Amino acid sequence: MADQKRETPRLDQLESGPWPSFVKELKKSRKNPMTEDLLGQLERSYEDKVVHWKHGGLVGVKGYGGGVIGRYSDVAAEFPKCAEFHTMRINQPAGWFYTSTVLRKICDIWEKHGSGITNMHGSTGDVILLGTTTPELEPTFQELTAAGFDLGGSGSAMRTPSCCCGMSRCEWALYDTMALTHDLTMTFQDEMHRPAFPYKFKIKCSGCPNDCVASIARADMSIIGTWRDDIRIDQDAVRAYVAAGTFDMSADVVDRCPTRCMHWDGKKLGIDDSNCVKCMHCINAMPKALRPGTDRGAVILIGSKAPIMGGALLSSVIVPFLKIETPYDDIKEVTQAIWDLWAEHGKNRERVGEFIQRIGLGSFLEQIGLEPCPEMVMQPRTNPYIFYEDESENAEG
Amino acid sequence: MSDQVTVDEVADAMFELVSECYGKKNLKPMDVTKAMIQKFGEDKCSKQLCKEAIRKLMDSGRTIYSYVGGSYMTLPPPAAK
Repeated sequence: MADQKRETPRLDQLESGPWPSFVKELKKSRKNPMTEDLLGQLERSYEDKVVHWKHGGLVGVKGYGGGVIGRYSDVAAEFPKCAEFHTMRINQPAGWFYTSTVLRKICDIWEKHGSGITNMHGSTGDVILLGTTTPELEPTFQELTAAGFDLGGSGSAMRTPSCCCGMSRCEWALYDTMALTHDLTMTFQDEMHRPAFPYKFKIKCSGCPNDCVASIARADMSIIGTWRDDIRIDQDAVRAYVAAGTFDMSADVVDRCPTRCMHWDGKKLGIDDSNCVKCMHCINAMPKALRPGTDRGAVILIGSKAPIMGGALLSSVIVPFLKIETPYDDIKEVTQAIWDLWAEHGKNRERVGEFIQRIGLGSFLEQIGLEPCPEMVMQPRTNPYIFYEDESENAEG
Repeated sequence: MSDQVTVDEVADAMFELVSECYGKKNLKPMDVTKAMIQKFGEDKCSKQLCKEAIRKLMDSGRTIYSYVGGSYMTLPPPAAK
């Protein structure tokens, strides 16, 4: 019963390590009967080695197809207070900046209408509010919107775009990730709130190739800051690094260059920028001596995903360099062209990366109106049979 | 060029289709859009018009979204009618 403390011997073990424990945090909220039953159900799951949640269904707020993930207990008779335990995804501010007043407001709303349990933040980037009932969804939504918040994406929609902290705190940001993320979010409200795609579509913006939001592995569309001129070198600072003896220039920097485009003669560092792939390893190793170039923009990659339906995919290049300038029309045009094609021809639950694999990159590029270029090649071809269309046509002529 | 159908006409036709398929087949918004373009013809009914019609249906509550592995259009449960 929810009015008594449930025994949780298995969960208790998860509090015993030196690391932070979600069980410990949940127990702080057990004054809420939903949380008490949640702890009981979770203990039961560890005992049965089975997840006792069903998810999906018809829950949501009026007009929206995303932002609420229905969760129902399949052992509701035993844990009635968490029979319905829906999740709400709240669109986070770009870069995850809040004031403490706003955080308190969100928590107050959630304690009033839900379990009070939050997850800051989910893997999509949203504020995750865990656990409420169907009748509380609409009142929660109304209070959140009055406080200036909106629901994020879920289902077969554009998911809430997210980004690194960008120029607000990071010296490496090569474009304003927060501004772009905010603009894309506002431009594509319909695509986020009204699912119209074959499956989910995630956009993540990283300010530099360090890719702190891991967009290359987690976003259907990754927009990663880069530059196209030369790395700026301060040779005195390079020599100072070597003189300090903190690392071995050859072993730690030059030999780790993925394209072997660097050389060090003991006095001067040289970089063949035409062969540099902008991985940023050398810049990270010697931030006082090396800096990115000044002709900055972003590379757009497409297709990564986690292994839900098929295997995991990493993104690959689709636009090698693009200036990131307001009103961001180029990015929006590419995005819209991809969506138009994929939405019409994608199979149900087929991510855009899988769609490209199925129809072929050449066909995909042709249909969205992009010219192929060498940067799009992920690996050398293994099929030795090459058909040169122009040559054969000429030969026939 | 023929006159375009109105958003309301498309919304009504969409509602009819969703009602017919209720309990038999899950319809994605793109399935409904394609069906409308086929019904009215490309010259009279565009994707944008269908998008507006879907929005109208959802905002009015005549149809709702469901999630069954993917997002679909369906009718609200009887209690909500």
